[in-house]
Amino acid sequence: MSTVTSARERKAGPAVKPPASSTEARSASVLSTLRRQWRRTLLVAVVLLWVVLWAVLHGTQTLEIGGADKTDVHLWLNSVRDAFDSARTNSAFFEYVVQPITDGVNGLVTFLQSLFSQGTATRPVPQVGWLGVVALLAWLTFTFAGIRSMILVAVCVLLFGFFGYWQQSIDTLIVTFVTVVLCAVVGLPLGIWMARSKRASSVLTPVLDLMQTLPSFAYLAPLALVFGIGPAAAIVTTIIYSLPPLVRITEHGIRNVSPTTLEAVTSMGGTAWQTLVKVQLPMARRTIVVGINQCTMAALSMATIAALINGPGLGQPVLQSLQSLDVGGAFVSGLAIVLMAVMLDRTTTAASERSVVAARFQKRSRSGLMPGPKRRVTIVTIGAVLAGVAVYLSHSYLALAQFPASPDLGSPLASAVSNATQWVVNTFAGFTGWLKDTVTAALVDPLQSLLAQAPWWVMVIVLLGVALALGGLRAAAVTVVCEAVILGTGLWNESMKTLATTLVATLLVIVAAMALGVWMGRSKIVDSAIRPILDALQTIPSFVYLVPALALFGPTRFTAIIAAFCYGVPIATKLVADGIRGVSPVTVEASESMGTTSWQMISKVQLPMSRSAVVLAANQGLLYVLSMVVVGGLVGGGGLGYLVVAGFSQSQLFGKGLAAGIAITALGVMLDRITKYTAARLGRD
Amino acid sequence: MSASVIEPTSSRRAARQEDGNRPALKVEGLWKIFGPKADKILGTPDAQLSRKELQSKTGCLAAVKDVSFEVARGEVFVVMGLSGSGKSTLVRLLTRLIEPSAGTVTIDGEDVTQASKTKLRTLRRNHMAMVFQQFGLLPHRKVIDNVAYGLEVRGEGKAARLARAQEMVDLVGLSGYERSFPDQLSGGMQQRVGLARALAVDPEVLLFDEPFSALDPLIRRDMQNEVCRLHEEVGKTMIFITHDLQEALKLGDRILIMRDGEIVQIGTPAEVVANPADDYVRDFVSEVPRSHVLTLRYVVRPPRPGEELDGPVMQADRIVRDAAQQVLRSSQPVRVFDGEDFLGVVDDDDILRVVVAEEAP
Ligand SMILES: Nc1ncnc2c1ncn2[C@@H]1O[C@H](COP(=O)(O)OP(=O)(O)OP(=O)(O)O)[C@@H](O)[C@H]1O
Ligand SMILES: [Mg+2]
Repeated sequence: MSTVTSARERKAGPAVKPPASSTEARSASVLSTLRRQWRRTLLVAVVLLWVVLWAVLHGTQTLEIGGADKTDVHLWLNSVRDAFDSARTNSAFFEYVVQPITDGVNGLVTFLQSLFSQGTATRPVPQVGWLGVVALLAWLTFTFAGIRSMILVAVCVLLFGFFGYWQQSIDTLIVTFVTVVLCAVVGLPLGIWMARSKRASSVLTPVLDLMQTLPSFAYLAPLALVFGIGPAAAIVTTIIYSLPPLVRITEHGIRNVSPTTLEAVTSMGGTAWQTLVKVQLPMARRTIVVGINQCTMAALSMATIAALINGPGLGQPVLQSLQSLDVGGAFVSGLAIVLMAVMLDRTTTAASERSVVAARFQKRSRSGLMPGPKRRVTIVTIGAVLAGVAVYLSHSYLALAQFPASPDLGSPLASAVSNATQWVVNTFAGFTGWLKDTVTAALVDPLQSLLAQAPWWVMVIVLLGVALALGGLRAAAVTVVCEAVILGTGLWNESMKTLATTLVATLLVIVAAMALGVWMGRSKIVDSAIRPILDALQTIPSFVYLVPALALFGPTRFTAIIAAFCYGVPIATKLVADGIRGVSPVTVEASESMGTTSWQMISKVQLPMSRSAVVLAANQGLLYVLSMVVVGGLVGGGGLGYLVVAGFSQSQLFGKGLAAGIAITALGVMLDRITKYTAARLGRD
Repeated sequence: MSASVIEPTSSRRAARQEDGNRPALKVEGLWKIFGPKADKILGTPDAQLSRKELQSKTGCLAAVKDVSFEVARGEVFVVMGLSGSGKSTLVRLLTRLIEPSAGTVTIDGEDVTQASKTKLRTLRRNHMAMVFQQFGLLPHRKVIDNVAYGLEVRGEGKAARLARAQEMVDLVGLSGYERSFPDQLSGGMQQRVGLARALAVDPEVLLFDEPFSALDPLIRRDMQNEVCRLHEEVGKTMIFITHDLQEALKLGDRILIMRDGEIVQIGTPAEVVANPADDYVRDFVSEVPRSHVLTLRYVVRPPRPGEELDGPVMQADRIVRDAAQQVLRSSQPVRVFDGEDFLGVVDDDDILRVVVAEEAP
């Protein structure tokens, strides 16, 4: 008996004294069972309490405020804005820190625009006309990425022009380019530093985490407040969004340089600098280029959203079309963005593959920039001359400077899409309407009512209890802080509505991701068929997802849910599939040998063993969904997103929009932490 | 187990010892304890605990415990022991790739353990070079640039270092592969690159950490012969880590046997095989064909009364196997001398006992 007890006891915790009698032993074991089950007990208790209190009290103390109502906080934020505006002219900080940055970035962008995309007061067309730009881009891509990328780029760029978005496309390229260069200047040294210093890494990692958790929508307003509406704010926003992947991947690449090689190099007495330059950077080169690719894609995605704060580029026409519910126009400009994404992704990938080959050739033939056979060098040289001629011609002749107005592919395409959409909507109105109504009635409305109609203090307790049960103490602590912040913004009710929408979309994402992910994880063929589609979907900037959703469902809450669903599914599915695939093949084989059916295999082996991957998928799904639900404010999504959008357009609602941004952030951090801690806990035991 | 076993002069190639008695490498009281608060353990009675006890008591792991030895100039000194016995840690302590917890390492009269960062770098650049089990080559550099790397970091001109590297590439038999990248070479060839890289800086001491364990047996034998050949040609002092006894016996002038971070025995191959210090070593050497290792010194006996003392003469450090034929052919017992001193005699029976005993253990 005594050995049995002590064995069980060790599990429960070594601090407990051995029970003297068997009754005590039994009660101890009940206690320990309870202790093991406390999470579930707590969860059930919280949900029961919630439903009961909701039934009794719903509709009271919901902290609901009207669309135009403003609380003191909002008014105060308005006054902060005014203070900022006046500080811009008379504060030292603004004068010597912010203004130089703003002017520098704005100046750079304006300069590049005057070179490549827009005329100025003195010259109605840019210095380099469309022919020159096309030739330059083609030459650059050929040099760094090869002939196939060159053709892709040339075709895409010309299409942008024929769609009628020449200037906006080049603006987007400029903004993306400037962002990526700035990111590289800041991010590469940061990543290297983090790889070399544990302390730097432990300080900066949470900052990067935060930068990646923040829904981008949330920091548009504060940044616009500091840097003013325009390119500077747009570029800073874009940097915040696209810097973390570059830094992380750089750190990872340098950290992963083989320790044996490093040891060998140290044993030969290389200095730290020699080791970095001669060993670590060259060996991490490939990874770093992947980081640049990720950074570029993120920059493009964010650069389009930055249209909301007047960032130049393709985001503008999408935004205008979305706001005027012009599906055709939104489709064409959205298509241009997608093409741009494909083009940048393919080109940077090809460039990274080429850089590896190039590194080998370069040493063989010391031919400077361009490696490889002599023929290539000749072609590149000839290309440079041709590009130079094209630049000169386009500078001198108006016809080659201004993109020709015809053939115009944009307008016919837009009206064709409008008609097609009309037809689809009319034909399938029954189905889309049914889908919309069903999901709204069955999921959105009840959940929204439960969350938003319950008294605020009930929800505070419920969220806290759920956080404690799922994520443990640390999650609960974060939740308390976030709840306080949300209450402080005076937008509790709106936040609960947004939370409801987010949860519904996330639920749908998880269901779809589990189904697809399990299927992919179990079959190589399915995986290789679906993964490229998911990869492609992931390169599409978030903004664009709104277009088809709007076309099919019109401006409603459901539209935002559908867009968020489409946006969240790819990443979540990939995570689930990787988790399932990660289950040890030995375990799978062993259970197979015991006669497990496929369903048993999924439910008893593969899903339980990859549950932390599933929760991680939920976490990523949640964050993606939240950012999209908020953007959905543009197309009738309501909730916090709508307030943010309204804050941009109506000056007296600025404070409220800013408060909504803060509430979104708090909501995002709360959801992220709860799911992250849950995933960590599940991964542990 | 004790330092008294150290007898550098008894080494087979002790004759190589060039400048006086100063050893190429001297290690005194070297310790390495991994873990939190490792420094606090030294000097307390805890330090004397066995590795297991120490680990369960403090959570620290004594990887190297109070190790002292000397290596003579030009000697091949082999360190061997089972996996986890602390060999890699020991060899890394010698170049301070791992910081020692206590003790001193002197290479060429320079105290490595006290050296400043710059001093240490100079030492590493000029006085020692290491060959690694996993090669540790730079995948983005061609063979020739890999070999030249050590010269490059110490700032030698391009032409000079490439010429020297080419010499080394030729020396290790890789001529024609200078422009290949490491991943285009087989494992054995990659390790030749590692070898050339180490030789290129012309170090006093060469350190090998299980350099051939990742290679298949045939190539391993090739490489062992290569090391023997290089040692004949360049005569460097070598510290060679291995867990393969055959390799140790083949290459080593002397062998240090480690267990759980401690020295169990130091001695020539013959000493170790003839007089294992304890069961651990006995276990190790039980499979060894003794006649291939033992010298006549270990079989010699005093002449019996009435035995004729006019047989052939042999030196005591002849390996039994090499002497066997001659002894068996001779009708009289062979007389064994150590230099001028008469040690005793060896007859057919004595030889057969060694040879037969190993076949029927
Ligand atoms: N950085 C470290 N931190 C903690 N313990 C270590 C560290 N490096 C080595 N050890 C421990 O020290 C002991 C000796 O390791 P070492 O690598 O020196 O053994 P080895 O004799 O080289 O073994 P092998 O033949 O497997 O290479 C091992 O028990 C190992 O776990
Ligand atoms: Mg080792």
